[in-house]
Amino acid sequence: MGLLMIFLSGVLFALGLGISGMTQPEKVVSFLNVVGDWDPSLIFVMLGASMTYLTGYVFILKRSKPAFARSFTLPTSRDIDRPLVFGSLLFGLGWGLVGFCPGPALVALVTGYDSVLIFLLAMGFGMYSFEVLDSRLKGDPDGGAGLIIKR
Amino acid sequence: MEFTLIKPLFGGFLLGLAALSLLFFNGRVAGVSGILGGFLSFRKRDTLWRFAFLTGLVAGGVLLLATCPETLDLNLKSSPPAVMLAGLLVGIGSRMGSGCTSGHGICGIGRLSQRSMIAAVIFLSSGIAAAVSIDLVFGGLI
Repeated sequence: MGLLMIFLSGVLFALGLGISGMTQPEKVVSFLNVVGDWDPSLIFVMLGASMTYLTGYVFILKRSKPAFARSFTLPTSRDIDRPLVFGSLLFGLGWGLVGFCPGPALVALVTGYDSVLIFLLAMGFGMYSFEVLDSRLKGDPDGGAGLIIKR
Repeated sequence: MEFTLIKPLFGGFLLGLAALSLLFFNGRVAGVSGILGGFLSFRKRDTLWRFAFLTGLVAGGVLLLATCPETLDLNLKSSPPAVMLAGLLVGIGSRMGSGCTSGHGICGIGRLSQRSMIAAVIFLSSGIAAAVSIDLVFGGLI
């Protein structure tokens, strides 16, 4: 039951990405290319999504635990450190280069286009190599995602 | 491109709702790069819920293609090397920066996390820098 609800959350997330226009790289690039034929509409995706989340998450966290898990697992790091800054910088460059980010690329897998497959493979390779390298450098067997468990 | 307001807002609302749903049922942040990165590392013992969410994303794509195919009418003009470079940057950058457009942009900003707000300002800025400079230098996508 828990897994089904998680699966359905993923389905709903994909529908949100599709309806909002985030699955169309061309639209994303024309949002980021502010000097071209600028299309500002994607601002409202982030606004709508984060405002919805802001409204709801307070009520959810008032519960003692999630419906199908032992506890809430939320990021606790507050440091503005070099990995955050440099990683976000690299991520943005890749995002602006083609117009794909991780969620939309996975949703677009069904199209079977070569470009989508190339992007996903390169992205997965990048993620995996970073995980391996990072946990070796830190000597952290758990990957060190900076998470602690609430309650 | 034509300016649209209702679809981005409604789509954003659905994204927020989906992220809330994952928090309610599983107590987790709906950050796609974090979920996928954790799944690919194969070291954590919680791969099953990650797999369920990621499968949901792919299944949602199938549903979109069946019901409103225009949302997946990708007009990809970028060349394969550019796509490969973009994938690498997105993969490495999102893991190094502990999040992407979903984890930082939706959940982090929604939780009023200062880290996520800074991350979002940085990736929006470097995204704009990339898109603008490619347009100015090459006159379109490369």
